[in-house]
Amino acid sequence: MALLEAKGLRASYGPTRVLHGIDFAIDEGSITAVLGANGAGKTTTLRALCGMVKTEGDVRFGGARIDGRLTEDIVRLGIAHVPDGRGTFVNLTTEENLRLGAYTRKDRAAVESDLARIFAYYTYFPRLKERLRQQAGTLSGGEQQMLAVSRALMLRPKLLLLDEPSFGLAPLLVRELFEIMRTVNQRERVSILLVEQNAAMALALANRAYLIETGRVVLSGAADEIRRDDAVRRSYLGY
Amino acid sequence: MDAFIHQVLSGLATGGIYASLALALVMIYQVTRLVNFAQGEMAMFSTYIAWSLINAGMGYWPAFLLTVLFAFAVGVVIERVVIRPVENAPVLAIVVVFIALLVILNSATGWIYSYTIKTFPSPFPKEPLFGNKYMSSHELGAIGVTLVVLVLLYVFFRFTPLGLAMRAVAQNPESSRLVGIRVGWMLALGWGLAAAVGAVAGMMIAPIVYLDPNMMGGILLYAFAAALLGGIDSPGGAVIGGFAVGVLENVLGAYVIGNDLKLSVALGLIIGVLLVRPSGLFGKVNVSRV
Repeated sequence: MALLEAKGLRASYGPTRVLHGIDFAIDEGSITAVLGANGAGKTTTLRALCGMVKTEGDVRFGGARIDGRLTEDIVRLGIAHVPDGRGTFVNLTTEENLRLGAYTRKDRAAVESDLARIFAYYTYFPRLKERLRQQAGTLSGGEQQMLAVSRALMLRPKLLLLDEPSFGLAPLLVRELFEIMRTVNQRERVSILLVEQNAAMALALANRAYLIETGRVVLSGAADEIRRDDAVRRSYLGY
Repeated sequence: MDAFIHQVLSGLATGGIYASLALALVMIYQVTRLVNFAQGEMAMFSTYIAWSLINAGMGYWPAFLLTVLFAFAVGVVIERVVIRPVENAPVLAIVVVFIALLVILNSATGWIYSYTIKTFPSPFPKEPLFGNKYMSSHELGAIGVTLVVLVLLYVFFRFTPLGLAMRAVAQNPESSRLVGIRVGWMLALGWGLAAAVGAVAGMMIAPIVYLDPNMMGGILLYAFAAALLGGIDSPGGAVIGGFAVGVLENVLGAYVIGNDLKLSVALGLIIGVLLVRPSGLFGKVNVSRV
């Protein structure tokens, strides 16, 4: 059964409709990539799933309708969202950012052990741990991105929505980040919905992919097949 | 010299009260980016409730506690019922709502309790505490109460998960929703806390300025000057600003401009801060690229 299923998802900013009826499904335990050019509606798709924009259509998570519900209630069902621009609480410390990620959890002991464990994922950020008491706004861009992903993981989500996590990161860090996504998916069984500009890497990681153009799904299927599609190769992979 | 020390110390006492009210203003400002003009009247109304309770025979401290709880509840209700519907309205519309609240609370109090000035009891003894000759025991007690309130608020915001959530909401409501914080309730809670702090300020100032529906007009102006001086988005700054304004007001009133013109100290400060350093002493300087 699909963990998350959207049917005829439409969304608008004021009078401007951005999504014109999108259908897609995320299988439990899978990684799904959403590709598309700037302005195609990728970010809006993620925001629509979390109730951050006005939407119409049918969205089900674990079989239950979530469209029209409040963002904070959707999050409580186990959907963590790393938004566009990272959403860091810049005036709070690194540790406070992480604790906020676990705000809705009641298992306090497990939260403490997760706090200690979360750094085990990173090879390139030993310093993030040293900066627990530092204001998050003073961290480097890469550190803030890792912090944003960590904050989302502190929820122990069933589904992780990532909005262009590689944006503005050095190539080495991008590879590390994709490695983390793979680990989280395989070891913790977290399903992932990934919006990415870096189509080649996203397709290499994902099981399934959707291609969005001007608010509509124009192509969907297994990631390997999409990777071999001529049009996709020319427009998004560039070879 | 003795007189001067006395002026400074009693300035600190009223300054603590300004600091509390300034803190209430800052708490609302941080989440709404607006100054709640009705903050003073909310405090005044709560103080009348305390007066009623005490007159009905209740002891001072039980009445004090009950009033704080009452003010908290009223703050929550005002946010939910009055502010929530205009949350996304233009700034001026919200300002008009604040002013309406001010006028309604002021008139309602006058209608219920009449405009005659009443005395309000102090919980502290008549004779000076610890035999000091500089401060009345109420002034000393007011400083103590203010400090307790400030410490409690600090501990709440700094060390509890709820306090952390409220700071998160003040800073980034969207990210707060994304970690599952019920932003609407946090805003209501902020209003409740601000109203409770204001009620304490009202009960501490009432024995000094006496109880009447217009008692908070001037006090709110001092609190506003204090908040601006410290930086309108800085809670710590508001507290320091409060004490500074209290002392300045007293010393200038006694030695420079006379007591009748004391209120102009607040106005002068407000204009001065806005002209010279709009972000205040401890506020964030807002820089935006154009």
